[in-house]
Amino acid sequence: MENLPLLVPLVIFVPALGAIINFFFGARLGEKWSGYIGCFASILAFIVSLFLLSWVTGTNGSAAVVNPPFFDGWLRIESIDLDISWQMRVDSLSVTMMLVVTGVGSLIHMYARGYMHGDKWYPRFFAYLNMFLAFMLVLVTANNFLMLFVGWEGVGLCSFLLIGFWWDKKAPEGWKNSNAARKAFIVNRIGDFGLLMAMFLIFWTFGTLDFVKMGELPNTEAKYLVNWREHNGLLPHESDAVHSEETAAGEDDHADDGHGAKYECVPAAAKSHGDDHAADEHSDDGYGKANPLAKDIRALYCDNHRFDTDLLGVFGQTTERFGKGEPVDFGGFQIAFEDVIFLIALFMLLGVTGKSAQIPLFIWLPDAMAGPTPVSALIHAATMVTAGVYLMVRSNVFLWELNHAGYVLGLIITLVGAGTALVAGFIALGQWDIKRVLAYSTISQLGFMVAAVGIGAHVAAMFHLVTHAVFKALLFLGSGSVIHGVEHGHHHAHDHGHGDDDGHHDDFDPQDMRNMGGLRKRMPITYLTYLVGTLGLAGIFPFAGFWSKDEILADAWFEGFELNETSGFIAFGMLLVAAAFTAFYMWRQVVLVFFDDARSEAAERAPESSGAMLLPLVILAIFTCVIGLINVPKATPIFDGIYHPYEFKHFLEHSLVSVSRGHTLDFNLLIAGIALALGIISIVIAHRVYKGKGLASGNRDQLETSAPSRGLFKLANARLYWDEFYAALIEKPFNRLADFLADRVDWEFLHDYFHDRIIKRGFDTIGDILSKPIDLGIVDGAVNGVGLFVQRASNWMRRSQTGYVRLYAVVLFIGVVAVILVMLIPFIGALLQSGA
Amino acid sequence: MDVTGLSLTTITLFLPLIGLAILVFMNGETQKNNLKWVAFVTSLVTFVASVVMWINFDPSTAELQMVQRNTWAEVSLGESVINVSYFVGVDGISMLLVLLTTFIMPIAILGSFGSNIFEERGREKLYYIFLMLLEWSMIGVFVVHDLIIFYVFWEVTLVPMYFLIGIWGAEERIYAAVKFFLYTMAGSILMLIAILYVGNRSGTFSTYSAGGDIGVIEKVQNFDGEGTYWDALGPDGEGEDAGFLLDSVESFLFLGFLVAFAIKVPIFPFHSWLPDAHVQAPTAGSVILAGVLLKMGTYGIVRFNLNLFPEATVAWAPTIAFLGVVGIIYGAWVSYAQDNVKKLVAYSSVSHLGFVVLGIFALNSQGLQGATLQMVNHGISTGGLFLIVGMLYERWHTKEMADYGGIWKVMPLFGAISLVISLSSMGLPGLNGFIGEFTILLGSLGSDYLGFAFTLFGTLGVILAAVYLLKMFQHVFMGELKKPLADEAGYKLTWYEKAAYIPIIIMIFWMGLQPIVFFNLLDVSVDNIVAMFVG
Repeated sequence: MENLPLLVPLVIFVPALGAIINFFFGARLGEKWSGYIGCFASILAFIVSLFLLSWVTGTNGSAAVVNPPFFDGWLRIESIDLDISWQMRVDSLSVTMMLVVTGVGSLIHMYARGYMHGDKWYPRFFAYLNMFLAFMLVLVTANNFLMLFVGWEGVGLCSFLLIGFWWDKKAPEGWKNSNAARKAFIVNRIGDFGLLMAMFLIFWTFGTLDFVKMGELPNTEAKYLVNWREHNGLLPHESDAVHSEETAAGEDDHADDGHGAKYECVPAAAKSHGDDHAADEHSDDGYGKANPLAKDIRALYCDNHRFDTDLLGVFGQTTERFGKGEPVDFGGFQIAFEDVIFLIALFMLLGVTGKSAQIPLFIWLPDAMAGPTPVSALIHAATMVTAGVYLMVRSNVFLWELNHAGYVLGLIITLVGAGTALVAGFIALGQWDIKRVLAYSTISQLGFMVAAVGIGAHVAAMFHLVTHAVFKALLFLGSGSVIHGVEHGHHHAHDHGHGDDDGHHDDFDPQDMRNMGGLRKRMPITYLTYLVGTLGLAGIFPFAGFWSKDEILADAWFEGFELNETSGFIAFGMLLVAAAFTAFYMWRQVVLVFFDDARSEAAERAPESSGAMLLPLVILAIFTCVIGLINVPKATPIFDGIYHPYEFKHFLEHSLVSVSRGHTLDFNLLIAGIALALGIISIVIAHRVYKGKGLASGNRDQLETSAPSRGLFKLANARLYWDEFYAALIEKPFNRLADFLADRVDWEFLHDYFHDRIIKRGFDTIGDILSKPIDLGIVDGAVNGVGLFVQRASNWMRRSQTGYVRLYAVVLFIGVVAVILVMLIPFIGALLQSGA
Repeated sequence: MDVTGLSLTTITLFLPLIGLAILVFMNGETQKNNLKWVAFVTSLVTFVASVVMWINFDPSTAELQMVQRNTWAEVSLGESVINVSYFVGVDGISMLLVLLTTFIMPIAILGSFGSNIFEERGREKLYYIFLMLLEWSMIGVFVVHDLIIFYVFWEVTLVPMYFLIGIWGAEERIYAAVKFFLYTMAGSILMLIAILYVGNRSGTFSTYSAGGDIGVIEKVQNFDGEGTYWDALGPDGEGEDAGFLLDSVESFLFLGFLVAFAIKVPIFPFHSWLPDAHVQAPTAGSVILAGVLLKMGTYGIVRFNLNLFPEATVAWAPTIAFLGVVGIIYGAWVSYAQDNVKKLVAYSSVSHLGFVVLGIFALNSQGLQGATLQMVNHGISTGGLFLIVGMLYERWHTKEMADYGGIWKVMPLFGAISLVISLSSMGLPGLNGFIGEFTILLGSLGSDYLGFAFTLFGTLGVILAAVYLLKMFQHVFMGELKKPLADEAGYKLTWYEKAAYIPIIIMIFWMGLQPIVFFNLLDVSVDNIVAMFVG
């Protein structure tokens, strides 16, 4: 049990091995085995993650740092103490991510076996998927920023490969695919630039890139530790008051003095009386019990005070050093510690906007839908795009300290997140492509998470991340099932393209919702599961989205109306509107796809998908129903007493400092009621607008029929002209400047003019001056020999076509003369001196 | 005093000449098929010899190792005697670059195995003789520690490369060859003047101390008088006020060396010879040019500019680092605008070596180690890219990007290899290019002599690298196959093509995942240099 964390390298190793096998032997293995290996690797990783979960919960929230075998260090320069190793982190946060990635990943792998059936690059697809898993798991298990960055860019690479998976399709579709892939990679690189800058600053500020060092406590203030230390006699009982949840709840000042309090590391024997208290206290909530198995491990732990500050990891050091106003020396310049952290967080935010598709870098994600649908579900909805949120939650210490020191970081993050949620939600209202609606919905939901981070609600962000991963994967897979069905229906209808991938190169777009309708009867299981996903996303009770969205809104409300933070007001207002948008566009989609009559022959003939594809849908639908219960708020009617309140929060508390310092809210019926009512009203409106009406004349949306909504719909349909704006503002100038630099500056000026004209002509002139007097015979007998030689040489030079040989000779000549002169000067001087 | 006795360095250095001698005595017509094998085996043996050197190398000391020093000429000058000596030996930096040279050579030779340049131009024997001569002179540049002999080797590298481009190059080969030659010559003449001055003033041409004779570097480092060592000596031997920049003798000497190296690197704006030379050179020529020859410039800066003229280095560091940053962005941007694949890769060198220059002039351990590692990384990845371009050219006979497309479809393995090499070149973490770039940029931020903007704009180059390399990859390998080959057999990689890529791929992963091996090699040697600038 204690050694379970040592399994964590497997979680990366197994998918990596799967990828390697499929890369090199996939073609020989055939479709069946290649799919099995892909799925098996993913499921095995999931099982390992479950073991790790059991370890974390079983040891009451322990955390471990693991050095993988075979990899001795990584980037190490001994003379300057630069030491960045391959090192992995097992704590509740990373285990949560592992479970999401491998759990949803396994289901999507299974689904892909059906979806990719018959594709000629089937093994390659599974190799990429497994490679993606491996990199994603590198990202979430990393214990330092650089290793995280390996995963960060690695998943970007896999995303590139998978978006452009069908690059070889006939033009223009194939080219569009590879363009989308390239766009995704480059936009992400802009974000990576931010992350790189953040890392450089972090290194020079902290001297390390490690999150936590071995043996260091991840969260000295976590309740379980207080209880545990008390239990083991390491703490006097009275300190309990500072850390208990009741005091912490709702009190901002707690942050100011609370986290300053430190405890001495006292041997257990000296304070043995503490034992009596802890035995019965806190045992009711399940977190106060010290696990006997964990005793040995915990015995190592006491307090971060036993370390020198600079031996701590990045976050531990931040806690210790923040607010002291010490400057950080970068050699060439100095910045105050707090300002550096602010700068780091801002650069990090740029990285987040890239990976998690936030304003201003969200433009790549809609295009990324060019990839196969399982890819959209796995990478561009459930896992990779949440990496940015994970990074910010992981770095919650930065945000916590900055927010409480009066920096506007929280406000900026909130604006980015809530703004994205609103903008993307609005754009989603006017899309026709079934996957594009979901893509913008994903961006919008990621905006929710980022905004949640902005207001300091890290748990709510992670909670929404988990639930969103489930129901958005469900929706994407459902849309894949729909597309698959419509595509097949199209083949049936037109009776061509026998199973061949390149068959549908006519104008028919199987992803266009205008070509759908009435699929409810044709694809009942897909319909039902899709409905569950939609209700989950729209935040309807009791599905997953209700709980997580409600928690974000409740936190925003608290932050704004109770604590009077601007970011809270902004988040609450904007997210509420975005939530209404969500319900509306999702219901519009459901009506357009599943209700009414079929609007195309293809939709009329669409068959239900195979069992391999439906099974994951059903599983995900079940999870959408129940996953929300992992974090039921305190004092929720009905649920109170059945479930432990804030189970997930307590779980995360072990790794997040901000959680134990933050407030704990009771269930707020008002907020929940408002959010739920808004969602239901939006659905009702959408239902009345679309149900039974189909499309308006000329294949137009119902919203386009009346005046005020027409303009708005057009704006949404044109995606707010965001891409066009970037193309005009950035892409065109960039390309033009590139051409200008390459053609005008480099070639015409530097290469042709400066070199070929100025330098060459200059030498030619000198050559002429040197040779002409000789030609004219001014030089007479005394230098006849030399003259003759130069004359011949110059004649020969003139005959050469390029003129360069002449130049060469002249340079050599001048050079040799110069060198000889220079060589001689000191020697002559020395000779003269010695002669004298 | 001399350290005589055959050292491993000497053996490695002269092995290529043995191959050359064999080649000279072979008949170019009747033994045509054996020529390449002689060259290949020689380069392999040389590689093995350099690996033996590596095994014998002790990374825990900054002293030169495997030293040999024989005095060649003694010039009496009044009371002083100036020695010109055959003085070879390696420290960590030299060792790594020797390894790079001997590593690239067999690959370059493999790259010319299937080349069709001989069908047209013939003279296969001469070709391999020049390659051997090139290897000898390049190793010489990296191991020699006598300024005069260094200059000789430096110039000798020009000759084989000049002919490689001039005889076996593409259409405008003469123009490119002459330009390459002249540009480099013009720079090195300034260096020669500086070398003569240095030798004359300091009384020795040996840079390092050996066998009791004190080298120039030690003299500079141990100087504790007023001003700088060079200014104290002064042009008239009496010492003069050590001014700033161009007022100082040291600055002149510094620039004398620097211009020669800057042209070779090439540092912006001295790069105008590079696209010509690269585009016209045969594949092996391009590989060696990018892989090794350019590193002679950056090596020279580290070895001579930093060691001999520390004060001038400090004074000029921001300026040169600025040019490095300009090179990073400018090279990448210009590269992006190219339609010619080979030209695109050529300009990418300007960008990559901009990183190296930035790292060197950060003047701290991170920067300098990263820069040295990046020299190797660039050699491997850009060498690989030129190999790719060469193989494409041999099959499709075009360098225009517009003529390609969809190669990945017909050559899946080749596509995958090219992807890995491109990713390495754009610095994907986990691969070698990233380690160098990361360490360099890390160093630049903590440098005592540079500021925040250097790091900021340098890091922008990371974005641009993805922009131009993905453009190339997309246009060449993705999309529809535009020009199918007449003969389907052409899609298969031959054994020697595969053999050329295997070591490259191995190194890309090895250096990316365990760079610690290489940092260990460099650590103490670099620290020795950095000690002059830090703290």
